[in-house]
Amino acid sequence: MNITSSDTDNKFVIFKLAGQNYGIDIYNVRVIEKVTNYTRVPNSEDYVKGVINLRGEVVPVIDLVKRFGIESENVDEAEVRIIIVSIKDIVVGLLVDSSSEVLTLVKGEIDNTPNIGEQITEEFIKGIGKQDGRLIMLLDLEKVIGIHDDLEDM
Amino acid sequence: MDMNQYLDIFIEEAKEHLLSMNESLLELEKNPNDKDLLNQIFRVSHTVKGMAGTMGFSKVSNLTHEMENLLHAVRNGEKEITSEIIDILFECFDALEEYVTNISTTGEEGDLETEHLVQALNDILNNKSSKVEGSNNESIETADNKIQVSSNGVKLENANEYVLNVLNKAKEKDLNAFKVDVTVDESCMLKAARAFIVFNKLERHSEIIQSNPPAEDIEDEKFEDSFSIVLVTRTNKKEIEDDIMSISEINNVVVSSIDLGEIEDSQENIEGREDEKPKEEESDEKEIEIKSQDKKKTTNRFGKTVRVDIDRLDNLMNLVSELIIIKTRMEDIGESSERQNMNEAIEYLERITTNLHDAVMKVRMVPIERVFNRFPRMVRDLSKELGKSINLEMSGEETEVDRTVIDEIGDPLIHLIRNSIDHGIEGPEERTKNGKDEEGTVKLIAYPDGNNVVIEVADDGKGIDIEKVKQKAISKGVISKDQAKNLSKEESVELLFSAGFSTADQISDISGRGVGLDVVKTKIESIGGNVEVETNTNKGSKFIIRLPLTLAIIQALLIKLQDEIYAIPISSIREISPISSKDITKVQDQEVVLFRNRTLPIVRLNKKLGLEQKKDKEELIAVIVKKGDKEAGVIVDNLIGQQEIVIKSLGKYLTGIKYIAGATILGNGEISLILDVNSLF
Repeated sequence: MNITSSDTDNKFVIFKLAGQNYGIDIYNVRVIEKVTNYTRVPNSEDYVKGVINLRGEVVPVIDLVKRFGIESENVDEAEVRIIIVSIKDIVVGLLVDSSSEVLTLVKGEIDNTPNIGEQITEEFIKGIGKQDGRLIMLLDLEKVIGIHDDLEDM
Repeated sequence: MDMNQYLDIFIEEAKEHLLSMNESLLELEKNPNDKDLLNQIFRVSHTVKGMAGTMGFSKVSNLTHEMENLLHAVRNGEKEITSEIIDILFECFDALEEYVTNISTTGEEGDLETEHLVQALNDILNNKSSKVEGSNNESIETADNKIQVSSNGVKLENANEYVLNVLNKAKEKDLNAFKVDVTVDESCMLKAARAFIVFNKLERHSEIIQSNPPAEDIEDEKFEDSFSIVLVTRTNKKEIEDDIMSISEINNVVVSSIDLGEIEDSQENIEGREDEKPKEEESDEKEIEIKSQDKKKTTNRFGKTVRVDIDRLDNLMNLVSELIIIKTRMEDIGESSERQNMNEAIEYLERITTNLHDAVMKVRMVPIERVFNRFPRMVRDLSKELGKSINLEMSGEETEVDRTVIDEIGDPLIHLIRNSIDHGIEGPEERTKNGKDEEGTVKLIAYPDGNNVVIEVADDGKGIDIEKVKQKAISKGVISKDQAKNLSKEESVELLFSAGFSTADQISDISGRGVGLDVVKTKIESIGGNVEVETNTNKGSKFIIRLPLTLAIIQALLIKLQDEIYAIPISSIREISPISSKDITKVQDQEVVLFRNRTLPIVRLNKKLGLEQKKDKEELIAVIVKKGDKEAGVIVDNLIGQQEIVIKSLGKYLTGIKYIAGATILGNGEISLILDVNSLF
C-alpha cells in the first residue's frame, strides 16, 4: 500500500506497546479513552478483550498485545489507554500500553517497505516512520481489525 | 427550480399509487365489469400523470396519458374489457414501475422506451372507435402546430404536448378552456396569499393546467401585479369572473376562452397577452401545471398517511433508550435511599417512558400489507408462466410490524412463495390424478403471537419428499449415507436450509437458481426471527416465520453466571423452576430431567459460554426457555430480576457470536450480553 502518494503530510497518533512505538493514521482515530470495565464476550476471538460502554455505544476492544502475539511486561496500569478507531463503519477500541502524542510525518520520513525482522508480524504494518532516530511502526488498521479475513468468514 | 425536495415524496406516492393500481388491475381481471375498479384505475393513472408531469418525468406522464385514453374509452362503454386490454395495462404498469424504480435509484426515468405500448394502446383504441382515432390525429396535429410556433422551445416539447393534450381532451369532453388574467391590487400586502386563494377557488370547479408565472414563483411572490392561468372547466366565463372578483384586493379579471381547434390563429385573435404565451410561458411550463396539481394532491392526501424520516425516528428511539437507562439508574438510587418522593418520581418517569416507547413504536409500525400487496401480481404471473392454476389467499394483512422488519422480510417471502408454487404445487394433471382441486392454493397468513409476529406460507401441494431431500443431501455431500439413516423427519426437513440446496429436478427460472432456502433462513435470523417447516405428503407444506414484534426494547430476565450478568428475553421464557441435581440423567450424551412429566433437555450455560464448570449444588435453578414447541432448561447460578432493556448491537466487528444476540447497558453503565435463546436448542 502506498501511503505517501498524497502530497499532504500524514498525522499519526503514536502509542506504545511492549516498548515499541506504533502509529495510527489520525483520520481513523475517534477518541482516546481511559480503561473502564470490560464485559467479556464468550466465544469470540481470544484477542477480543471484551466490550465497553462508550457513552451509550457498545464498542468491542481488541487487546493488541494478544493480536500481535507478543509479550508486554512492566506496564504501568495508570498509563493504559483504549484508542477508539473507526474504519469502514466498524468501530473498535485498541488496548495499548500508553499513548500521548500526535506526530506529523512528512513524505521522506516514511518508509514503505518494512522488512525489518521485528517481533510483530509484518502483515499488520503498512510502513515505518523515522523521526529523530525513533522508529514508528505504522499500522495497517484494516489488517489489524481483520476486515479481510475474520469478518468474511462469518 | 429545485425539485429534489419533492422527489422523495414523488417516489413514495408514486409507489403507493402503483400498488393500488396493481391491486385494482388484478381485481379487474377477475371482475371485468366492475365500473368502480375501472374508475379507480383511471383515477390513479390520472394522479400519476399529474405527479409525473409536475416533476418533469415526461415518459411517465405520456404513458399514463395514453393509458387514460384507453381507460376513458372503456369507461364510456366504447370498448369492452378483454384479456388483451388487461395484459397491455399490466405491461404499462410494469413499465411505470420500472420508471419509478429508475427514478428512485438514479433520479431519472432511464432509457426504457414505451412506444410499442403506446402503439398497442392506440391500436386497441382505434380498432373500434373511429371517433377517438380522429381526436388522436387532431392532437398530434395541434402539437405539431405548437412546435412550429414555439421554435425556441424544443426542450419543452413534451410539456407543450401535454398541455395541448389536456386541452384537446377537454374539448372532446365538451369542457371549456379558459385563460384567466388576474390583476392584484397594487396596495395588496400579501400578493402570494391572494394568488393562492385564486388558485384554490378555481381548483374547486376547474383543472388548472398552466400558470404564468409558474405557481412556484407566484407562491414566492415573484410576480408584479398580475398573473395568468390556463384551465379547463365545466363552468362558464361569467362564473369564473364572479368567483375571482369576490376575492378582495383583486383589481381585474379577464377570462378569455381558448379555441382549441385553431390554436395558431387564436394566439393572434385572443386579446390581451395571449400571443406572448408561448414565448413567456414555455420556459416554465413544466413546473407550472405541476405545481398547481401538486397543491391539489397535498390537500387530498392530508391525514391519510404520515411519512417520517426513519433517521429521525431512530434518533427519537435513541433518546427513549437513554431515558430508560436513566430510569433504571434512578431505580438503583431509589433502592438505597428511603425517600418516598423518589419512588413517586420514578413511577412517574416510568409511566412516561412506557408511553413514549409505545408511541414511538407505533410510529415505526407498518401494516404488513405493504409487503403482501405485491404478491397477488407475482402469483398471477407465475401461474401463467408455469401453467398452474393458483389461488392466493392472504389474511392478516393488517398485522403491524416494525418498519425495519418490513424492509427485510420481502425477499424471503418472495422466495418462499415462489418455492411453494414452483416445487410445492403440482401441475393440473397431477392434481386431478391425486383427487385434488385443479386449482392449487397458496395461503399467506400473518398474525401477532405474544411478542412475535408469525407469517405462514402454506400450500396444498405434494409436500416435501423426505427421501428425495436425503438423497440430494447425500449427493451434495451435506450428510453421509449413515447419517441419513438416522435422521428424523424434522431433521431431514432442516436439510433444506443448508447452503446450496435445491430439490427441483429441473432448475427453473422461478426458484432453484442457486440461492437456496439457506439465504431465507439467514435473512430471517439476521432480524432476530426463525423459520420452521411443517410438511405432509400430498397435503402440502407450511413455512412458519416467527419475527420479533419490536427490535429495540424488550423485557428481560437478568441472570448471573459466576460474576457475569446476562439477559434472557422474557418472551422466550416459559417458567423458572428449581430442579434437583439428582434428577438429571444422561441420555445419549444429553443431560435431561423429567419435568412435569416431560423430558426436558438441560443446557449448561456456563459451558456454552466458556466459563469454568463447578460441581453441581444440590438444587439448581433452571430457566425453562422455549422455541416454538420445544423447551429446554437453562441452568443459571443466580437470578437478579426482570428489567426493561434496550437492545444494542455488538457492532459490525463482532458479528455471529455464538449464543449471543446483542448487548444492553445496565443501570450502572456496565454492559450485559443478551442470550440468543433460539441458538441454545
